[in-house]
Amino acid sequence: MHPFAYVAPSTVAEAVAELSKHGDRARPLAGGTDLLVKARANVWELDAVVDIKNIPELMTLTINGSGLSIGAGVPCYQVYDNSEIAAQYPGIVDGASIIGGIQIQSRAGLGGNLCNAAPSGDGIPSLIALSAVAKIASVNGTREVAIENFCTGPSRTVLKAGELLVSIEVPKPAANSGAAYTRFIPRNEMDIAVAGVGVFVQLDASGKNFESARIALASVGPTLILASAAGDSLAGKPVNDETIAAASALARDAATPITDMRGTIEQRKQLVEVLTGRMINKAVERARG
Amino acid sequence: MTTNSPSKVHVTTTINGQQHELLVPGYMSLLDTLRELIGLTGTKEGCLDGNCGACTVNIDGRIVDSCLVLGAEVNGKEVSTIEGMATPEGLHPLQQAFLEEAALQCGICTPGFLVAAKGLLDNEPSPTEGRIRHWLAGNLCRCTGYDKIVRAVQKASD
Repeated sequence: MHPFAYVAPSTVAEAVAELSKHGDRARPLAGGTDLLVKARANVWELDAVVDIKNIPELMTLTINGSGLSIGAGVPCYQVYDNSEIAAQYPGIVDGASIIGGIQIQSRAGLGGNLCNAAPSGDGIPSLIALSAVAKIASVNGTREVAIENFCTGPSRTVLKAGELLVSIEVPKPAANSGAAYTRFIPRNEMDIAVAGVGVFVQLDASGKNFESARIALASVGPTLILASAAGDSLAGKPVNDETIAAASALARDAATPITDMRGTIEQRKQLVEVLTGRMINKAVERARG
Repeated sequence: MTTNSPSKVHVTTTINGQQHELLVPGYMSLLDTLRELIGLTGTKEGCLDGNCGACTVNIDGRIVDSCLVLGAEVNGKEVSTIEGMATPEGLHPLQQAFLEEAALQCGICTPGFLVAAKGLLDNEPSPTEGRIRHWLAGNLCRCTGYDKIVRAVQKASD
């Protein structure tokens, strides 16, 4: 491991100043469960890590009338142990509670999951399905990027050198809406998704028709995939086996997996179709309360 | 702002109830800090990437993999390790149960399992078998097949 300096600023301004000083030879440190593995494997050669966990706004969960704000350094267990999040954003809890084991969940968070940009990031599909936005800071100010546009390839994001993810902003779920995420893994725990599907649905007041839907896929492409055609196909349609099967088939078409040690192209496409159907049904169930 | 670049970071931390003041290289893991700077070699190195849990320690009430924490990060925090489990009066009930149930063979994974299991029982004194298995999913044992470990944790539960 290349020897690096450890810096622990207490404000965003200090953190982005430190990051911009080192360019791509510095990285923010949240849970460290990806960063330290990559530094140790010399994937990244770093001169400095900037620990963001002493910056209060990066460690805060806020729920109010406009939605949920998840500080970039908030670990998974704080997300899934929060009863308000569990009640209002169960799709996010579905993802946060299956990343690694308990030890990893003590440290790893959704912000790091997003910045690590693994196509298999279990925390990300629900954020895309829920139309969440990333708040980014740098010495030049702040900007916002929709989560579905954040990851640009395996381990690649829109973040430029010197930029820092501050928080993930999730809009308040509409009335009669629900979300859910699941993945397929051959074990029960501690594994990387062969395929994963996150779904958000909004129903009409009767609960019998879809108003809108968003479907996001994991582990079946170089990035997380927003399967727009699949989600859009449900808008205005009745909730029934036929409409759900049609959307599931469109999700399968949106998947662009590879064959590797975890699964084949055919298996992954099949999984996307099956899991999409299951997650639409689960999201509908949650939407109906 | 704590900046002691590029070399060492001044860290004040409590380990197993005892205060330590250390100068830690910024890139040194908590695992190496414990084993090499402090001499607490009960915490074991396994996979070094967060899969096996052999290096599990407890920081401020949460179990973590110490290979994926920097020593510099525990400034102001309370760390407990396997060395903090037994008291002069005797073994911790989990340690006693591991002995009685023969829940170890080679022993490399044992400190991690014990610290992880303590993290569970400290907060949930009567977990179900399913909860125990879920909680310990981040700890690998290549000898026992887990049954004896789970039985030992059940025995130490209320």
